[in-house]
Amino acid sequence: MKLRQKKVLTAYMFLSLPLAFFIFIRFYPMIYAFYISFTNWNIISPVKKFVGIENYVKIFQDEVFRISLFNTLKYVILGVPVVIILSLGLALLLNNITKFQSLYRLVYVIPYITPLVAVSWVWRWMYQRPPIGVINNFLSAIGLPTGTFLSDTAQALPSIVATTVWVELGYCVIIFLAGLQTIPKEYIEAARIDGANRRQVLVRITIPLLNPVIVFLTVMETIIFLRIFTQVYNMTDQGSGGPLNSTKPLVLYIYQKAFKSFEMGTASAATTILFLIILGITVLQLRVLNKKVQY
Amino acid sequence: MDKTVKILSYVILTLLIVVMVFPFVWMVLSSLKPFREVYRPKILPENPTLSNYRQILSYSLFPKWFLNSLIVALSTTLSVLFFDSLVGYTLAKFKFPGRNIIFIFILSTLMIPTEMLIIPWYVMSSKLGWIDTYWGIMFPGMITAFGIFLMRQFMETIPDDLLDAARIDGVSEFGIFYKVALPLVKPALASLAILNFIGNWNAFLWPLIVASNSKMYTLPVGLSYFSSENLMRWELIMTGATVSTFPLIIIFLIFQRQIIRGIMLSGLKG
Repeated sequence: MKLRQKKVLTAYMFLSLPLAFFIFIRFYPMIYAFYISFTNWNIISPVKKFVGIENYVKIFQDEVFRISLFNTLKYVILGVPVVIILSLGLALLLNNITKFQSLYRLVYVIPYITPLVAVSWVWRWMYQRPPIGVINNFLSAIGLPTGTFLSDTAQALPSIVATTVWVELGYCVIIFLAGLQTIPKEYIEAARIDGANRRQVLVRITIPLLNPVIVFLTVMETIIFLRIFTQVYNMTDQGSGGPLNSTKPLVLYIYQKAFKSFEMGTASAATTILFLIILGITVLQLRVLNKKVQY
Repeated sequence: MDKTVKILSYVILTLLIVVMVFPFVWMVLSSLKPFREVYRPKILPENPTLSNYRQILSYSLFPKWFLNSLIVALSTTLSVLFFDSLVGYTLAKFKFPGRNIIFIFILSTLMIPTEMLIIPWYVMSSKLGWIDTYWGIMFPGMITAFGIFLMRQFMETIPDDLLDAARIDGVSEFGIFYKVALPLVKPALASLAILNFIGNWNAFLWPLIVASNSKMYTLPVGLSYFSSENLMRWELIMTGATVSTFPLIIIFLIFQRQIIRGIMLSGLKG
């Protein structure tokens, strides 16, 4: 009995500081952000005036917020399917080869470990007009029309998506490859013996068995594209999310509201909206993944 | 395996590798080009030079930013290794009331996006005088829920008999964790350490907010600031970008395996 009590005490001792951390650095700030979202507060004034849901009403009437929210959805809708499909294709190709597999795999990880700020500036340079931008130089060298990329309201957002896809590919390829390697070889061999062709094996066996990985990566990438910030901040002039707000995502809107115009209430209301979207997606993921996969 | 499929796979993968590494190679090679060569459409520098490096080192706060990033990334990583494994070990190897609730509570914090916390963190930091301090940059990342989840999975594989044997030998509870359990999960610790170092080295949003004095910038924040001030000097910007990537290139060359492993482990979250 005594030893047991001592162990319980030890456990609480070991957990005390980390628990305090999670309460004061994660949990309490979340409640606090929620609270601020119902106040009118400019950070300097000691008074936080309670205004109810006024901030929420205000941001939805704010055109810039609506544009940011819409842009964020565009990032997700343009980015996530491309990342998932490309990385699944790459992982399938990598799974076909035997020699140099790890070498190829390593190369795809390079963008993932490069600081995103560095990536953003390299791409920002590559996207410049000719003769400065290497992409436009290449396009005109092979006789294709050049692009305006980041300086055009229609092309800027997809250009940032392309850079982000480049960064995220490596991560997804590796997770997909790990998933592919857990599929028992016998299943595929059995299907081949039964006369199934490559396409049938892929559609009927490989992809259904990969389903949990696909769901997991889709959710992870959705959250990553919902939280897009660093690329936009560094790839647009003065971190504005331009031209003309055409690339401004939710997080940049939050950043500007909080740390440029010090409207803490409206900024917090926007963070709450972001939180609710992410929460919804995570809950959805848990429900889909909890359904057992039928072998 | 059909031969044509295999050959085709190699061809496509090789072509795509060119696309994948090009921006990276372009960045490093441009940093070696003298001013006159930068806008010529040649990939390799004709007269490679280190003058860009000399210039940014003498001109800006780059060495200080480098040091700041190193201090921040190393300290947070050490803290994460210690606390995440301690909590993971406790949750895996002790039975006590509230164990599951505590575990679920910690995991549930994973759902809170950092963006929601930055305003309260900022308010807290300015009240407590943490703005423009290393501690201010580091404190949000000192313990991670994901690391705790990961370490708990690995600590569970350690046989209880081993820990009890140490108990009988009179080793203290902390000694058992530190001397018996930790060495057994070294591979997981290595992966967690590298992912954390990379993550903290590359962190941008929070350091951008909490470091207002340019002397306290981390490399990504410094690079962002430096680049926007030097919009036309792309060769200098590329040099700065290369400097900020440099430690990661070295880590990458040494720990390739652990990086891949770490990424695979992060897929465990699902």
